[in-house]
Amino acid sequence: MIALSKKYPAYLNRFQSLIALLVLCVCISILSDKFLTLDNGWNILRQIAVNICISVGMTLVVLTAGIDLSVGSVLAFCGAITAGLLKNGIPVESADLFIGFTLPGALLAGILVGALLGFFNGFVITKFKVPPFVATLAMLTIARGLTMLYTQGHPISNLGASFSVIGTGWLLGIPVPVWIAGVVVLLAVFCTKQTRLGRYIYAIGGNENAAVLSGININKVKIIVYSIAGAMAAIGGIMVTSRLDSAQPNAGSGYELDAIAAVVIGGTSLSGGRGSIWGTVMGAVIIGVLNNGLVLLNVSPFWQQVVKGGVILIAVVIDRIGNKNE
Amino acid sequence: MLVAQHITKKFSGVTALSNVTIELHPGKVNAIIGENGAGKSTLMKILSGVYTDYEGRIEYNNELLQFTGTRDAEQKGIAIIHQELNLVPHLNITENIFLGRELTNSWGILDKKAMRRKTRELLKKVNLATEPDDTIASLKVGQQQLVEIARALYTNASVIIMDEPTSAISDKEVLHLFDIIRELRNEGKIIVYISHKLKELFTIADRYIVMRDGCTVDQGDMSTITQEMLIERMTGRQGFGKQQHTPLQQKEEILRVEHLSLKNTLYDISFSLHKGEILGLYGLMGAGRTELMETLFGLHAYSGDIFIGGKGTIINNPRKAMQAGLALVPEDRKQHGLILNAPVKTNISITILQQLERWGVVLHKQKETVLCKDYIKKLAIKTSSENTPASNLSGGNQQKIVLAKWLATQPGILLLDEPTRGVDINAKFEIYQLINELAAGGMGILLVSSELPEILAVSHRVLVMAEGRLTADLPGEAATESIIVKHAIQHN
Repeated sequence: MIALSKKYPAYLNRFQSLIALLVLCVCISILSDKFLTLDNGWNILRQIAVNICISVGMTLVVLTAGIDLSVGSVLAFCGAITAGLLKNGIPVESADLFIGFTLPGALLAGILVGALLGFFNGFVITKFKVPPFVATLAMLTIARGLTMLYTQGHPISNLGASFSVIGTGWLLGIPVPVWIAGVVVLLAVFCTKQTRLGRYIYAIGGNENAAVLSGININKVKIIVYSIAGAMAAIGGIMVTSRLDSAQPNAGSGYELDAIAAVVIGGTSLSGGRGSIWGTVMGAVIIGVLNNGLVLLNVSPFWQQVVKGGVILIAVVIDRIGNKNE
Repeated sequence: MLVAQHITKKFSGVTALSNVTIELHPGKVNAIIGENGAGKSTLMKILSGVYTDYEGRIEYNNELLQFTGTRDAEQKGIAIIHQELNLVPHLNITENIFLGRELTNSWGILDKKAMRRKTRELLKKVNLATEPDDTIASLKVGQQQLVEIARALYTNASVIIMDEPTSAISDKEVLHLFDIIRELRNEGKIIVYISHKLKELFTIADRYIVMRDGCTVDQGDMSTITQEMLIERMTGRQGFGKQQHTPLQQKEEILRVEHLSLKNTLYDISFSLHKGEILGLYGLMGAGRTELMETLFGLHAYSGDIFIGGKGTIINNPRKAMQAGLALVPEDRKQHGLILNAPVKTNISITILQQLERWGVVLHKQKETVLCKDYIKKLAIKTSSENTPASNLSGGNQQKIVLAKWLATQPGILLLDEPTRGVDINAKFEIYQLINELAAGGMGILLVSSELPEILAVSHRVLVMAEGRLTADLPGEAATESIIVKHAIQHN
């Protein structure tokens, strides 16, 4: 590997995750005849749709040299809020009033709550200069606690057929979650490549001092980015809840690590300023294919974890070698 | 006697020291004097083992000295006390003195009692009335300095180098420090004393060594020289020759600063800048030049008034400054000017993205490329394309990117902080020419530089700062090197 790296061409570097994915697919299809089928393909995409949504938000955060550990808990809380509003609404006992929610209303409320929790993260990080790791670690616990409080520790189930379309339905021959993830990805790509906000995100991660001196309101940008990450987690939460037709109080625990893994495998630098949404999508697909392949090949769950960790390590090491040549 | 002979040191082609020979006498305080960049620090880093790769010989009592590193130099009796003290703030005095050379008993366990006893002895010697268990953070800067000296004494240093030891301590602490220095001198140690403050050298130093542009210019006994002569030797190089300015036609004021103060840094600064004027700002390290620039650009909470185009303006962040028509090319382009791994193009356009938006949302990328190519051509930035990462460019071209990104905002007032630092001679002249053109076009330019010839060559008028105060406002014709330096060090 090291000897090879001397002449590691730039284009190889650019497509290394795609190449890795192809190699992975070829290997699994040789080992299992169930892998390369249309059904299995949709199956994989549907499974990774949630991770893609969260990872996209995480990518934006990581590009500013931050991190968001709270996404898993925020996902659970927003899923529960959406489910709760849809099923029970808000009863106001003192006024003998009942506020019911339509499906769009409940969805919007869930996403808003996610954005609000993200906003709070961003506010604490920028206003009080708390390191993102610590601020979002606190939110991880807070949001999980809020979920428990809201659900009283019990799942909220039987949410109706129209709601379950989001997680299990099909549209024009493509699963609805895949549509959602696709739209999220396209919006994020547009934002990072074509807008001022995108440029500012890269600039802050690239050199925060220079960004400040260039007149960028870095606090505003960071707050926006954490809010987006929260909203993305909420969308993920709605999809998970819909798929299970139930909001589980402990849904989404550990999802932040999967999202960070996708970001890192996708070649986004944890020190910020370098990376892309497409890379993260690749990362999420690689993790999804790997998960799926390991199950198809009947690898024991214990080994699955070891293999996944190994893949993350290899991806980062290759990235390091590639970067040394630049 | 410590003798360094024919020392030459180069950094990637740039000569920092060229054939330097100095003698440091025992039982004397040897002062080393020179402007910023004269090579003092490089020389001290060689003497203290930081740089081990150089040409020339160092002899101590006729024995060749060659260090493998700072630790080795320390063991051979050379201690250096840096301007930025090298202590761990949250450890106590004893732990700091013995850091890396802790005493242990025969079991390999720390012998705290012995270390504390030794520390108490050392503290007594430097006349510091603190307990060995006090943490460094609880001490004043002057006291911390004495702890550094105590550490040097513990290593039995016979050569003690002090870099600007009085830059951060009070007058009373200075007197105390001088007492200790005299005591050490009388014990026969070699004291090397680096300072900008010429006055105090006449109090404490026995010998002087003047450095200029990486060479030693003169050395001798302090008693044989006057302050004026020292200044002359520090600065007496061949200048660039004064540039011919067309005198300012109209005197339209675009920036006026009144009683500007910044806590513990700037004191009551007032001046004005006119349209088309290049105002040089000179000061030694720590005079507050950069802080003044940063304050004008909205990075610090100041007191006082800033008038732009005659209108009182509050500048409390860089965005406000930009709206008021200010632009700042910062001192350290890598830390504050550029996003190194980003392409030249995005580095230039970052300040004006708002103007490049279509329908208020999408960036107009063609427009961006055209604009950046335009600046690349105009400033003759040498780059293979506008998409090359800024890190691939040379220092001079990187500096031009920073200039381009600010010229793109079409500022009325340009603040330049050391615009030619680390830039090769050709790029330097290109930048001078650009500055002249911009001024001729009506821009007001405030130029900070540590290089006197540069200030003299380009400025219409020269401001001098010392210790956070404005000490002189000289018209171009009246400004000479020695007058400027006098004002830069005189303040006390």
